[in-house]
Amino acid sequence: MQFDTPATTNPIDRMKVVGKPIHRIDGQSKTTGRAKYAYEWHDADIAYAYGYPVGSAIAKGRITSMDTSAAKAAPGVLAVVTTLDVGDLKKGQFNTASLFGGSQIQHYHQAIAVVVAETFEQARSAASLIKVDYAEEQGVFDLEVAAEKAVKPDESQQPDSAAGDFDAAFRAAPVTLDARYATPDQSHAMMEPHASIAAWNGDEVTLWTSSQMIDWWRGDFAQTLGIDKEKVHLMSPFIGGGFGGKLFLRVDAVLAAFGAKACGCPVKVALPRPFIANNTTHRPATLQRIRIGAERDGKITAIGHESWSGNLPDGSLETAVMQTRLLYAGENRMTAMRLAALDLPEGNAMRAPGEAPGLMALEIAIDEMAEKLGIDPIEFRIINDTQVDPENPERPFSHRDLIGCLKLGAERFGWDARKAPAARREGNWMIGVGVAAAFRNNLVLPSGARVRLGSDGIVTVETDMTDIGTGSYTIIAQTAAEMMGVNIDKVAVQLGDSRFPVSAGSGGQFGANSSTSGVYAACIKLREAVARKLGFNSADVVFEDGNVRSGNRTVPLAEAAGADGLVGEDTMTWGDLTETHQQSTFGGHFVEVGVDVATGETRIRRMLAVCAAGRILNPITARSQMIGAMTMGAGGALSEELAVDTRRGFFVNHDLAGYEIAVHADIPHQEVIFMDETDPYSSPMKAKGVGELGLCGVAAAIANAIYNATGVRVRDYPITLDKLIGGLPDVA
Amino acid sequence: MKAFTYERASTAEAAAQAAAKNPGAKFIAGGTNLLDLMKLEIETPQHLIDVNGTGLDKIEAIPEGGLRIGAMVRNTDLAANETVRRDYGLLSRALVAGASGQLRNKATTAGNLLQRTRCPYFYDPNQPCNKRQAGSGCSAIGGVTRQLGVIGTSEACIATHPSDMAVAMRALDAEVETVKSDGSTRSIPMADFHRLPGDTPHIETVLEDGEFITAVVLPKPVGGKQIYRKVRDRASYAFALVSVAAVIQPDGRGRVAVGGVAPKPWRMEAAEAELAKGARATSGILLEGARPTDDNRFKIDLVERTLGAVIAEARG
Repeated sequence: MQFDTPATTNPIDRMKVVGKPIHRIDGQSKTTGRAKYAYEWHDADIAYAYGYPVGSAIAKGRITSMDTSAAKAAPGVLAVVTTLDVGDLKKGQFNTASLFGGSQIQHYHQAIAVVVAETFEQARSAASLIKVDYAEEQGVFDLEVAAEKAVKPDESQQPDSAAGDFDAAFRAAPVTLDARYATPDQSHAMMEPHASIAAWNGDEVTLWTSSQMIDWWRGDFAQTLGIDKEKVHLMSPFIGGGFGGKLFLRVDAVLAAFGAKACGCPVKVALPRPFIANNTTHRPATLQRIRIGAERDGKITAIGHESWSGNLPDGSLETAVMQTRLLYAGENRMTAMRLAALDLPEGNAMRAPGEAPGLMALEIAIDEMAEKLGIDPIEFRIINDTQVDPENPERPFSHRDLIGCLKLGAERFGWDARKAPAARREGNWMIGVGVAAAFRNNLVLPSGARVRLGSDGIVTVETDMTDIGTGSYTIIAQTAAEMMGVNIDKVAVQLGDSRFPVSAGSGGQFGANSSTSGVYAACIKLREAVARKLGFNSADVVFEDGNVRSGNRTVPLAEAAGADGLVGEDTMTWGDLTETHQQSTFGGHFVEVGVDVATGETRIRRMLAVCAAGRILNPITARSQMIGAMTMGAGGALSEELAVDTRRGFFVNHDLAGYEIAVHADIPHQEVIFMDETDPYSSPMKAKGVGELGLCGVAAAIANAIYNATGVRVRDYPITLDKLIGGLPDVA
Repeated sequence: MKAFTYERASTAEAAAQAAAKNPGAKFIAGGTNLLDLMKLEIETPQHLIDVNGTGLDKIEAIPEGGLRIGAMVRNTDLAANETVRRDYGLLSRALVAGASGQLRNKATTAGNLLQRTRCPYFYDPNQPCNKRQAGSGCSAIGGVTRQLGVIGTSEACIATHPSDMAVAMRALDAEVETVKSDGSTRSIPMADFHRLPGDTPHIETVLEDGEFITAVVLPKPVGGKQIYRKVRDRASYAFALVSVAAVIQPDGRGRVAVGGVAPKPWRMEAAEAELAKGARATSGILLEGARPTDDNRFKIDLVERTLGAVIAEARG
């Protein structure tokens, strides 16, 4: 089915199941430990072997020799496969850094060997016996240094944009801001590390893994191993968090495959925690410059946003200026992104890639500009709202209610009680509030599904869609239940298997809307099959209460299925509505913080997000996405930073003790309000994503609250106490 | 982790004797730090002596005043002990500021004193570290040092001791009781228990090979307001950037020990003489001769500011 005209009334609008606060259907299997994550697959009849990876001890150079004799002789060791043994491998389409193979070292902890043994402990112990000689080369690891030689990447990355005459308008503006901001490298730090089990059967391989994107992985896994994609069967039914870190093939899968081939039995490989920072991908740091010019009445006349980020050769930008192209009005505009060559691990997508760091800067800049103008920051945003793409004014937004979010949020939060900076004290706490806009585009990808109707009346959905903790199982079940007119307990959902139709997968907040639309399309096919079977005219048939009705004839759905059952399969594809109309999601983040007047410690006291994201398919799972993202934003604002050793070229704090994500004690009451709206331009579901929207702007709202509390403006994240105490009142 | 042999010791003396028989052996109690270090092969004992069964898990009043805390008393139990909470509130507060509930349930009193630094370079076996491998060099100096020490450090090592409990023990003038393999015992003041790194940062305490901690003794209660203030980037489950353990008497005199700044709990009795003059004077002496890095220079200010807040709180 192709979605190329705005949705009209359809069965989803009944909202009998869709839109209801239904608890996750896979929740019990997870809380009782029955949900099997990748490393946990275990067949009692199979003797699994355990692989342990070895990472490069240098950041750049090449391996001159490896001595594996001691490792091979160690107790229980079945095989050792080194990067030299396998030689150069073809890189996956979605990989920047080479995962394995050859002598070149591109980054610290690049995988250089896997030791396979009868037990995990034997493999780990033997891994340290491998001796490696390197020819080390001096790399470049400091973004500030590398940024001086940054280049404009090719046009496919859309590095520049412009409208009007920014320079002239900025010069002429009576009120201007010109400020620089910095965001650090960040780690996905998901709970479940990357893990895989590979089992060969002749020239075919089965991979149990932890992947957000089944088909992307399948293709890149085959390409890296040099085998046909059809020879790969990949399964990833449960994923313990991804945040973008599991979008692309990782080395656990490759090492498991080589290890399994070498020892002739299935091999399990999980990446040790330090590998998550230095072996896999991370969100790249940015340096940003924002210039805004405005009339005294608050109308923006010029807005410019530049960003510098680094990556390995052929790597991508951290697209931190994209939101500025769309969020606020202003006739004269420019954005530019430049890419610096760094020899750190590969930078790549992490939840709200580009948007998160971009808004960390932009939404402080807006706060600063509002203060310069003497205008409330919410009012300033309202003055500069736009209902069209400001770079292409003929392109309207499909639906945009940023103003509604900000106004409702202000009312619920008690925004009008906000005081001047450093004007509110409660004991040792300096109290402040901050606001930021949340803004993230709605993306769609083709998404397929197969829906079976059994003779027992059970509707079974099969799609290679993944559930990375987001609630995909549940919203897909809701969609099928709504479409087929059955209770949700009559729906079974099977995900994450490459034998199923290719879906959008999980990423870019496109998963929920795209995958349910694919299920919608497949259900339309199944409804047609049911109608055909019953001799009904499919135009006037009604699926309701487990029955199929046409005119005054009603047949139970199970009966319609017949002994052999019926199947509907389709893929939702997308016309040009995302080009003719800018489809985005919006929100307002409101935060209250306390800053300890003596120590500068910031503790968040309350958080509110008001979101406009089309139809909310399930308010429970959507809320979970929001509060999880707000929690991630709290870490991003206050503590998360992969600390770079710029001499040795690695992220030093590569474990969960050193890389400080927010803990329970950091998170106060979080309130989430969804605007009651639909967007018929987005899909038949009229829904949009929320998974990344929730992160967009949170950190800036916290930063602005810290400024309101203390009068100290910090423009480089994370906002740790050392950046504040110099500006706090004397307490000694 | 290297393969190792394992035995259980049922008395303190047996533990010390087992250690004497197995050079390079390690005692294991809660294992909350040792096991992590073994997994990373930072510690590679060939033999482990499990001392959980030594019966040293009691907190007993000493007739002449004071408290003897068995080496195996879990941090959770120690923090919750009624006498500790009443008479040594500082210790209880320091304990609950550390680690997490799960870790405190396992971690022991003696093990807490013996935990090793959290310097990230110590934790990465690919990086030179004089503490991990004597003479290999210090890769932290000139690197990422925000968490590391500002005083008491050396050219060979700038790591800190990570314990909260030990800082309170130092302020309370605790003493560490031990037994050696020959059955002899001694009592080591907390002030002397941890060594400064000098050019031998791998030697962290004055304990001799195989010497086994049996108890930590707290002297008679000292009264006063007892405040433990731990400053960190997140609200829980983080090591101190700076911590201040203070006992402030009604007349303004008192004791101050500081954590997060040095290779051992940092206390200078000379600085305490300045307490009545305020935090600036006190911390000025306490941190005299400090050698911070650009990354951790803020700790100097932070000690002063935190101490200021503690003194103000004590004056209430």
